[in-house]
Amino acid sequence: MRPAQWRQVRLLVLVGFLLLWQLAAWWLASRSLPTPVAVLEVLWQQLLSGELLKHLGATLARMAASFSLAMLVGVAIGILMGNRRVWNELLDVLLILALNIPALVTIILCYLWLGLGETAAVLAVALNKMPTVVVTLREGARAVDRQLLEVAQVYRLSRWQTFSKVYLPQLYPYLFAAARNGLALIWKIVLVVELLGRSNGVGFQLGNYFHFFDIKGILAYTLAFALIVLALETLLLRPLEQRLNRWRR
Amino acid sequence: MSFLTVYITDKTYTNGVQAIRDLHFQVAKGEFVALVAPSGAGKSTLLNLLAGLDTDFQGKLAFPADASLSFMFQEPRLLPWLTVEDNIRLVLDAPARHTDLTRFARMDLLLQQLGLQDFRQLYPNQLSGGMKRRAALVRAFVTRPAVLLMDEPFQSLDEPTAQGLRQLLLQLWAEHHPTVLFVTHSLNEALLLADRILFLSARPAQVVLDYTVPLPRPRPQQLSELQALQTELLQRFPQLLSGSGVSSQPFANPAAPKL
Repeated sequence: MRPAQWRQVRLLVLVGFLLLWQLAAWWLASRSLPTPVAVLEVLWQQLLSGELLKHLGATLARMAASFSLAMLVGVAIGILMGNRRVWNELLDVLLILALNIPALVTIILCYLWLGLGETAAVLAVALNKMPTVVVTLREGARAVDRQLLEVAQVYRLSRWQTFSKVYLPQLYPYLFAAARNGLALIWKIVLVVELLGRSNGVGFQLGNYFHFFDIKGILAYTLAFALIVLALETLLLRPLEQRLNRWRR
Repeated sequence: MSFLTVYITDKTYTNGVQAIRDLHFQVAKGEFVALVAPSGAGKSTLLNLLAGLDTDFQGKLAFPADASLSFMFQEPRLLPWLTVEDNIRLVLDAPARHTDLTRFARMDLLLQQLGLQDFRQLYPNQLSGGMKRRAALVRAFVTRPAVLLMDEPFQSLDEPTAQGLRQLLLQLWAEHHPTVLFVTHSLNEALLLADRILFLSARPAQVVLDYTVPLPRPRPQQLSELQALQTELLQRFPQLLSGSGVSSQPFANPAAPKL
């Protein structure tokens, strides 16, 4: 099938899912499962009142900040550990610890140590994400083809040329894997962070709906968020990845 | 008037394997020297030392400090994410070559000469093995190297393709005249290409015979003449390609009578 046809298939799956949901809600006729139409109504009201955008904006800003921080630091440490034996030996135990500390513990400790502020919130999310970035990039750095680096050395390429044209392209697949998993993980964690210690954001709003047993509201915000993540994937990550992978054809 | 002097007393890897011991020879400017030895004799090690990829050895390597160097590896080693043209532009964009104003014109000419004109926008994965070698040849010559190191570059190709590439190499060498060190395990290939052949022993590598090829250039296209020479050589030195010593009086030192 052509790419355009695959896109249609993806869309069909989405529509089919919504249809199934609508049918199930009609059949159950329960307050626990509102129909998609009812959910969309709430979504529309929230959009008009400006509440939705306010909370979404706050959450997205936090995500962007912690994503950038986690990627930047994680990539640097991952490359270092993949290339230098000493650093790998030094940091490996800490990495295993960091991978296995429950997200909730990191979040609570950040709030306790740094106070219930924005810095603590962003740092807590970033710290949860960082170890997986390190692991992925370490793998990538270890798989780098030394033979191509020898070519760079023989033909006396500059450090920047060697890094940007010879080294980094070999890490692209790993960077994409880290970014994609990262997006999924971060959006799960950022809501918990907001629920526990912020007075805006989707997580905070979900907490409110939880107190009032407002399932329509919970689903409306979930839907809005899912749509944004989907849009990020289709409009940003996929085209970028395809562009960088042209040579693999 | 030697241009390149190799004087390696010892190269031992960290795992204890001695690759080279007392390997001494000299190469004149513009000379085409083939190094023939059994596989695993430390030929690639020698080229890596000359290219500066490995600096851990005892002894001395001398060639003019400003001599630019190209290396054609066993595999073409093109960057798969760059097109043929971008692979070549990459080495031309290296800081040392910024003052060379004719470099891109030279690239165009070489691409044309080697029949890559219509393939310059393709990625290496889209090219045949022979085409990839041609691109690697362009990359090797485009920097106008004073020294060209070649590590069995035409291995793993079918014979007609390899033969075509050898002719292209001879043509480029005649035009640009770099000093060439060409590693091979094929005596035939060495006789066809080189001015002089250094036969190396098995590990640890030493020169067992320094042989000047008594053939005019351009070299005969018929293989029969090469074949005759090869047979004669092997009759005189039956041990030559096995990597053991030729006689009790090694021909290694330059004072030894040339054949």
